[in-house]
Amino acid sequence: MLMHLPVLVVLAPLLAAPIVALMRGATWPWLLSTLVSWFALLCAVLLLIQVQAEGVIIYTMGGWEAPWGIEYRIDFANALLLVLITGLASVVMPYARLSVEQEVGAERSPMFYAALLLLSLGLCGMTATGDAFNVFVFLEISSLATYTLIAMGRDRRALTASFSYLVMGTIGGTFYLIGIGLLYVMTGTLNMADLAERLPAISDSSTVRTGFAFIVTGICLKLALFPLHLWLPNAYTYSPSAVTALLGATATKVAVYILIRFVFTIFGPEYSFGAEPLAEVLIPLAVIGLLSASTVSIGQPNIKRMLAYSSVAQIGYIVLGIAMGTAMGLTAALLHVFNHGLMKGALFMTLGAVMYRMGGTNLSDMQGLAKTMPLTFWAFVIGGLSLIGVPLTVGFVSKWHLILAAIELGWWPVVIVILAGSMLAVVYVGRVVEAGFFGEARDPTRREAPASLLIPVWILIFANIYFGIDTRLTVDIAEAAAAQLMAGGVVR
Amino acid sequence: MSGLGIWNYLIIIFLMMTGLYMVISSSNLVKKLIGLNVFQTSVFFMYISFGYISGGAGPVFNENVELYSNPLTHVLILTAIVVGVATTAVGLALSIRIKESFGTIEEDDLHKMDSSL
Amino acid sequence: MNDHMILRVVGKFLIPYIMLFALYVQFHGDFGPGGGFQAGVIFASAFVIHTLLFGVRATQKIAPEWILRIVASGGVLLYAGVGVASLLLGANYLDYNVLGAYPVAGQHLGIILVEFGVGLTVTAVIMLMFFAFAARGEPEGDAS
Repeated sequence: MLMHLPVLVVLAPLLAAPIVALMRGATWPWLLSTLVSWFALLCAVLLLIQVQAEGVIIYTMGGWEAPWGIEYRIDFANALLLVLITGLASVVMPYARLSVEQEVGAERSPMFYAALLLLSLGLCGMTATGDAFNVFVFLEISSLATYTLIAMGRDRRALTASFSYLVMGTIGGTFYLIGIGLLYVMTGTLNMADLAERLPAISDSSTVRTGFAFIVTGICLKLALFPLHLWLPNAYTYSPSAVTALLGATATKVAVYILIRFVFTIFGPEYSFGAEPLAEVLIPLAVIGLLSASTVSIGQPNIKRMLAYSSVAQIGYIVLGIAMGTAMGLTAALLHVFNHGLMKGALFMTLGAVMYRMGGTNLSDMQGLAKTMPLTFWAFVIGGLSLIGVPLTVGFVSKWHLILAAIELGWWPVVIVILAGSMLAVVYVGRVVEAGFFGEARDPTRREAPASLLIPVWILIFANIYFGIDTRLTVDIAEAAAAQLMAGGVVR
Repeated sequence: MSGLGIWNYLIIIFLMMTGLYMVISSSNLVKKLIGLNVFQTSVFFMYISFGYISGGAGPVFNENVELYSNPLTHVLILTAIVVGVATTAVGLALSIRIKESFGTIEEDDLHKMDSSL
Repeated sequence: MNDHMILRVVGKFLIPYIMLFALYVQFHGDFGPGGGFQAGVIFASAFVIHTLLFGVRATQKIAPEWILRIVASGGVLLYAGVGVASLLLGANYLDYNVLGAYPVAGQHLGIILVEFGVGLTVTAVIMLMFFAFAARGEPEGDAS
């Protein structure tokens, strides 16, 4: 079965989702989804090991060879992403049980878990596939699942948030579709490897340039790059806690991966940064997004919303790394994709625990949390330190690499921006920590969150620290992935 | 493509811009969805145009025919149509629920009710 | 609704032919134009006409929601199951060649099964979507 791993990652949730949708009650759907996501994690980890041992894995769907059929192509970059997605899904699923029971209700639980499985199916599919149109299909699967999941939030504003994401997301997806169509009409292929081979010969045609522009814009809408991020804060704030954790940690990251795939593998760095002014467009947007979103997040009364804005800022770091167009920048971007997934997943899940006990995630709900919910609070503190980029956490590792990459290019203003972003993070995280330590709780009795919420949170927190100290694994993989991607074209 | 010249592309671009403009300018959520549909449909037309080959027959195997139109774009667009249907259904369902819980589907009124939207 | 007698009679007459055409499109799909998506939509449209003529309740008696849910999920499972079958027979996912005694027979069987799964799901999902909207605020047994 080992040779079928690339498809099993996607197939497991596909088989489970319809069964889950037919179940009744909350327990069985939850159990099956949890087991399936663990199985997917196992597959993803085995895939990563396989890629490390044997190099790029190619899996042809239905036995049809690449230009005719759809192939799945796993190299370092998407193996890492698959581990991130399935890993986050495997901690969010067990966590979801109590918080979903409270926020969504038992009656809608089967549909909720089915949608959650479809979301992870879509994200895994987008990551694993080596076919540009297949990406669009999985993108829409994950997006449709996301719209329904956001709309299941308790607040009625979840509906409007979901609607505006639906409009923006569909425009983004359709832009991507237009871009793919233009590339197809020029090259006659949809396979990524094939596209990469055929594009250089016709790279000065205006159709290809238009296609490039449409694809990059469409994906940037999906990854919430400033100023296309307007859907994100509401969507994250009003969706159920478990959904926010999975979305915040993985959804935008997969879009980042698709951007990387197109910019580096398909068009090649020479085209993207030489013939097209990609860096000139992305860098200002990333910098403005980073600073403005961090600043806006300081004033947010709702902590979930604050972290949502912080996500926009973190996307700024990642895009900055991509826009550098160097191997080091790309390494930093990939590292931050993985690390930010870990920290945002942990932080949003902590807020879910607060939501479970306090009924809200406003700053006033966080008052005196150090006494009433110490374990939850300390998880937030460590996650927050990681977000700031304090040494011994994952946040430090990726920011360190990003700064090194900027120094290598001699971009000192960018270094200052990165440091300024961290300072702003100190302010917005510090606000919450201060409230937790020194604020007066409305009800000073101790009521820690239940273990089934805390254990997944702390697993992620430990991952934050572990990958912050032992950086060999992540840095090595990210460097290898960056080397593969920088080589342009496709590694055979 | 000689039969059509570039007319098909001009029409597609016109439809595309119309749809996008409707999404941006109209305040009613259902009108936004209609705009979105027009926008998507223009892309479907674009793909179908790509697949057409001058003098090509419909892509059904026939011993007397040498030149076929490209069937792949039709298949791709079939998938995209399904996606469009699903998106529209979700969008309409959301509009109904927004109407139920807010009492309106005019974006201006929604903004007035809640400044954070 | 009783005043639409002509519509009802003509509609009743048409519905079986629409379904028959859907089945033709469905099972012709492996060697001619057709397939699950189109057939599913045509098949569902027969029920939509039925709803327009006789009201949502009448149609939901014929096709209750819980059956549609099972059919929708079953279609996806059939589709995925064909892929799993070829996995178990030692080929790649959705490789139909191994399903039959020889590759062409396998391709025929695989395509028919997969398209049938698609057809089931599309029929059920289109009807579920239609009912989800049509059944809202519907007065007893009337569609007008």
